[in-house]
Amino acid sequence: MLRPRHRLHPYLFLAPTLAVLGLFFLFPLALAAYRSVFRWDLLTPPRYVGLAHYERLFASGEITRALGTTVSYAIVVVIGSMVLGLLLALAVNRTGRFVAFVRSCVFSAYVVSWVSVALLWMWMLDADAGLVGRACKAIGIGESGLLTSPETALYALAGVTVWKITGFSMVVFLAGLQDIPEELYEAASLDGAGPLSRFAHVTWPSLRPTTAFVGTTSLIVSFQAFDIVRVMTQGGPTHSTTVFVYAIYEHVFMNLRAGRASAMVVVFFGVLLLLTLIQLWAWRLGRKSG
Amino acid sequence: MRRRGPGRWALNAVLLVVAVLWLGPYLWMVLGSFKSLKDIMNAPMAPLPSSFQLEAYAEVFRSIPVGRYLLNTTVMALLIAGMQIALALPAGYALAKLRFVGRGGAFLAVMACLLIPAQVTFVPVFLMLAQVGLVNTMTALVLPFGASALGTFMVRQALLSVPDELIEAARLDGASELTIVYRILGPMLAPTLASLFLLSFVFHWNDYFWPLVMTTDETVRTMPLAVALLREQGTGVRWHIVMAGNVILSGPALLVFALAQKHLLRAVAARR
Repeated sequence: MLRPRHRLHPYLFLAPTLAVLGLFFLFPLALAAYRSVFRWDLLTPPRYVGLAHYERLFASGEITRALGTTVSYAIVVVIGSMVLGLLLALAVNRTGRFVAFVRSCVFSAYVVSWVSVALLWMWMLDADAGLVGRACKAIGIGESGLLTSPETALYALAGVTVWKITGFSMVVFLAGLQDIPEELYEAASLDGAGPLSRFAHVTWPSLRPTTAFVGTTSLIVSFQAFDIVRVMTQGGPTHSTTVFVYAIYEHVFMNLRAGRASAMVVVFFGVLLLLTLIQLWAWRLGRKSG
Repeated sequence: MRRRGPGRWALNAVLLVVAVLWLGPYLWMVLGSFKSLKDIMNAPMAPLPSSFQLEAYAEVFRSIPVGRYLLNTTVMALLIAGMQIALALPAGYALAKLRFVGRGGAFLAVMACLLIPAQVTFVPVFLMLAQVGLVNTMTALVLPFGASALGTFMVRQALLSVPDELIEAARLDGASELTIVYRILGPMLAPTLASLFLLSFVFHWNDYFWPLVMTTDETVRTMPLAVALLREQGTGVRWHIVMAGNVILSGPALLVFALAQKHLLRAVAARR
């Protein structure tokens, strides 16, 4: 730690960063809270309504519905990408050109944009023109299209999300696997442990912090889902894929309800804060026993 | 896992299926972009087009100004990544190396921003920018991401392991503080800055959400938006055209991935 050459230097160095972060991250949060007590259609002057928006949002069941949709989607995404990511990491955890190639294939989906992935899978899943859609129809699932039926649309979106982000969890799990000291495995082998018991007694416990990281990161990412919904289903059919962020978007840009949307933003931030607390708790737990 | 024999072969077979599951869709996309609409509608399961056509690409270039959008996207992503590095270096230096009143508070403020995603700020920021007439400008796309909380944190962490003596020596040599930050510490932090640049560039090149919300016309529209709009144009979905646009959109991302794969993998794994 050094003494600054001039008293003001540290403040000058931090000023641009804090100005941008303050203006575009911290201040907007306060602004959302302020706007949420007004009714405002962006055209006529705002009118003070107190907590009416919050009452409406909870009483009409809109928050519960958006939250329920988001949670269903998130559960499939988190479990799917974690299980697949871990299995793949275990399978490709060796050297060689072939496994390096498999790793690259899976991870590349993480680098490509959500729009690309969404459009690609819209076509693949199309009941008439798509490869997967036609195949599903042939075996009797999703006759009218996986994305156009309210029962399957959300899970189809979740499946595509798993396809996109599994590469991320695979890479993180792989890094976690490579941190496990070889001696632990050797000791376990000497004790006569087979592959399954080595996994249960060495790999899985050592991976706990990594598992906590992957799980909570993908949970937060799936709560922020928007692009894939906007491109593939626009929240439909019959609102079955209206996740939280999409609901907020609809309020501002389609219904011009800036006040109601701001109230939803405040609630959404509260939910994310709660998830972050869970994240911190899971990390601590993972470290302690890991 | 050093298995031999049939187990090894079974595992490799499964991995081959995995490779096809992840690579196949891209190949299908590329093949689709060379098909005619008739091919797609009449023989949707046939892998190869009846004849390789460039019509879909020609139509993409006819219906949207591809060059303009690619330029917008590249300029936006470069400006954001460049600004983030330029601002994170001095801020990280102050947080890691300088003693001053309010350091703890400043660090906390930066870390708090990590908890606030664009999906929370877009409504108030849109309302704010609309009031000052900045919606639909490059400023609205770049400035909100000009400083990165994650980047500032990454630079600070990397600087913690740089010895103070090095900075003291540079000071004795008469180097100004800005010279120390940008000319001496900057190059030392090259791996961290490269990670930050890659993560940021790829993220913003691919970003759909922010440009969608902040722009309405083509002067500043970016490529992901334009390609998504291709699907909404005209009657019925002309998949060959959408896929041609998709090839143009995902090509550069895959190219960056191919060139900087090792680095990207490390950057992602290091965030644990």
